[in-house]
Amino acid sequence: MTEDDTVLRLDGLTRRFGPVLACDAVDLELHRGEVLALLGENGAGKTTLMNMLFGHYLPDAGHVEVAGPDGVLRPLPPGHPQAALAAGIGMVHQHFTLAENLDALDNILLGAEPLRALRRHSARAREKVRAIMARSGLAAPLDVPVGRLSVGERQRVEILKALYRDARILVLDEPTAVLTPQEADALFDNIRAMTRDGLSVIFISHKLREVLAFSDRIAVLRHGRKVGEIATAEADERIIARMMVGADTPAASRKALDPGDPVLELDGISVTGRSARDSLDDLSLTLRAREIVGIAGVSGNGQTALAQVISGLVRPGAGQIRVQGRPLARIEPLAMIRAGIGRIPEDRHRDGIVGAMSVAENMVIERLEAPDVARRGLLQKAAIRAHAERLARDYDVRGPGVEVPARLLSGGNIQKLILARVFEQEPAVILANQPTRGLDMGAATEVARRLLEARARGAGVLLISEDLDEILSLADRVFVIHDGQLHEAVRRDREAIGLMMAGEVA
Amino acid sequence: MGEILQILLADSFWAASLRIATPLIFGVLGALLCEKSGVLNLGIEGIFVAGAMAGWMAAWLGLGLWGGVLVAAVAGALFGLIHAILTVPLGLSQHVSGLGVTLFATSASYFAYRTALPDVASPPRIEPFRPLDIPLLSDLPFLGPVLFQQTALTWLALAMVALVWYVLERTPLGVAIKAVGDNPDSVDAQGLSVHGLRIGAVVAGSALMALGGAFLTMSAFDAFFFGMVNGRGWICIALVIFASWRPGKALVGALLFGAFDALQVRLQTEAGALVPGQVFLMAPYVLSILALVIAARRAEYPRALLKPWFKGQR
Ligand SMILES: Nc1ncnc2c1ncn2[C@@H]1O[C@H](COP(=O)(O)OP(=O)(O)OP(=O)(O)O)[C@@H](O)[C@H]1O
Ligand SMILES: [Mg+2]
Repeated sequence: MTEDDTVLRLDGLTRRFGPVLACDAVDLELHRGEVLALLGENGAGKTTLMNMLFGHYLPDAGHVEVAGPDGVLRPLPPGHPQAALAAGIGMVHQHFTLAENLDALDNILLGAEPLRALRRHSARAREKVRAIMARSGLAAPLDVPVGRLSVGERQRVEILKALYRDARILVLDEPTAVLTPQEADALFDNIRAMTRDGLSVIFISHKLREVLAFSDRIAVLRHGRKVGEIATAEADERIIARMMVGADTPAASRKALDPGDPVLELDGISVTGRSARDSLDDLSLTLRAREIVGIAGVSGNGQTALAQVISGLVRPGAGQIRVQGRPLARIEPLAMIRAGIGRIPEDRHRDGIVGAMSVAENMVIERLEAPDVARRGLLQKAAIRAHAERLARDYDVRGPGVEVPARLLSGGNIQKLILARVFEQEPAVILANQPTRGLDMGAATEVARRLLEARARGAGVLLISEDLDEILSLADRVFVIHDGQLHEAVRRDREAIGLMMAGEVA
Repeated sequence: MGEILQILLADSFWAASLRIATPLIFGVLGALLCEKSGVLNLGIEGIFVAGAMAGWMAAWLGLGLWGGVLVAAVAGALFGLIHAILTVPLGLSQHVSGLGVTLFATSASYFAYRTALPDVASPPRIEPFRPLDIPLLSDLPFLGPVLFQQTALTWLALAMVALVWYVLERTPLGVAIKAVGDNPDSVDAQGLSVHGLRIGAVVAGSALMALGGAFLTMSAFDAFFFGMVNGRGWICIALVIFASWRPGKALVGALLFGAFDALQVRLQTEAGALVPGQVFLMAPYVLSILALVIAARRAEYPRALLKPWFKGQR
């Protein structure tokens, strides 16, 4: 590659958040038509780096240069997303930047139309969005408020937003974390096609399979520093893992165990939700001690409703739930926790933590009545802090300390916080809904190890996941959820389960 | 019962309801615009006073009625700007700043009034807006007196309902205002200015509020009195919730309150001997609270209301 085809150069970008050095003098170059994968553990600084590039964060040091249409690199004014957009940079954010009260079309056109205009989008804009959807294979309802869309659909809208602006440089921060493998493949095929027309792409992902399949070059961040670059053709999973973590991560292995008594029984549960996707239809399931039951399925087939019922957030219209043999009188969150259900929610930012409260407080939030947490109505600050520090150590929760608001942690570390809170209680039932979504390899292995550990201890684990590999490697029994109904997969075979997920009974 | 029916059927009752509702319409629209962008503006009560005082004073000084309306709007915009600067880029508590602006605007208005007129016993009068007399239309039965004998400011208020609705629902600017009140990051990520949009919405909303005040001194009455705003601003804050942040429902809410108030006055004359007058004075507020209790359960708050936004913060 010649010097001339560089379209983007990051030069010594540095950013500190309090005690955390999130990015430490990172240099990076991107060439025309290239797909660069940016890898690193949770909290390595990937999002921070991209946010500086796009102008969300001001760098403490360093600068960004972007090539204009003439191919000459020019410095980009720091701290202005407007400037980045004007320079042809599009960004898909890890934490969706969608207005939930607006429909998808308005979200896509926000800022693309001049504010002075007296009328909103034309039929032409809608046509263009439709064409992009057809081309990219990313479909989402355009006229429904985004707040009512599923996570997968929101992710698609977020990507459509960047594609609509005809970006020449596309930054994708974990675009596939919530997409199904088929959707992810379609997205990357499309991106490949666009790179042939000169689009350059940086994408962040924890899924090594897609990194190896779709990138040209790989750059790895560790603790805010760039620790290496490698051409994808010369890389494999082992090499990358070693670059990311600095050591090999052993895969978790599942020992055969005899399941015990039922710990969770769902009996004829029906939920009538706002749409088919939040509904369950006469669903029954038995989860026993010392087993992991995996529930596979394409998102939007009732997983959310099932998880909500077991979490106590939704009262089923019909049916009964028994936990450790005892029928539940009331279905509400506190009753579920007391009955011994530990919950790892799907949307960890929204349902898993209270972002404004400290890490330490979040760690005890489900057991405020415990004597080591509160005595005579007063919080035991010192004990809570010590407890949090111990958990942070045991579960490797990294961040600026246990007294900072939990929202400041990176996504992976928020998940570790939740794991710590749940596993500490040794619950009889563990509901793990998409537990490794967005986690780096090390953290995902850690989650798998903890789930297997809980199983060995005698817990029953209900694992809801869109990642079939995860289910096949962890679950003792596999079910497929489709249209609010469960079907057991008799054969543990990808092909057959894939067909069941598509609604064809095997 | 018969008397109430008679009152409800009279055109004068509906004309009065619309008249009483007019300042509230301005106020609710103003509050709605601020809150849609994510900023609660409790400066409204004081901005009403400032608008009433500034509009009347300008007309009295010879700038004409429409000149007065303009001056009122500018005065409202300025107090709105103070609130916007304190709460948007500086991110101070919206409650504290709003109440501060109310105290400041009220006392500044009284101060200006006393400085201009140090020793008058009764406030000087201006020639207020006259009811528009539209040939033919104002002679229509019922509709004529109700709609077509109102002053120009009432018409302006109704036009503002349509305008605010149009801006919010049909223009890119309105979409951006709604977005910034729901998730400021969405606006920032698309290259628009979060603070610019919020400041603009608060300033424009405050100008609207001030017009509500100007209606009091330039249309409903013809002079400025202390205490004349009398809680109308606070009513508007409640009506926004009742309206679930929709301009059309805001109009309905204001009219409903106007009708309660008009009814109360008439019942007082009818049944004043039987029931203490205070009960009637209380009635519109009690009914409003009831309406609010029912409506507020379904109200969808702008998600980012009261939340300041700073660049580069998680
Ligand atoms: N606005 C902020 N305020 C304080 N700390 C922050 C902020 N943004 C990021 N951090 C910290 O900077 C570090 C890097 O975070 P970043 O989000 O860039 O990680 P990441 O590599 O994207 O991780 P993940 O894979 O989990 O998304 C983390 O320790 C995080 O807690
Ligand atoms: Mg990230």
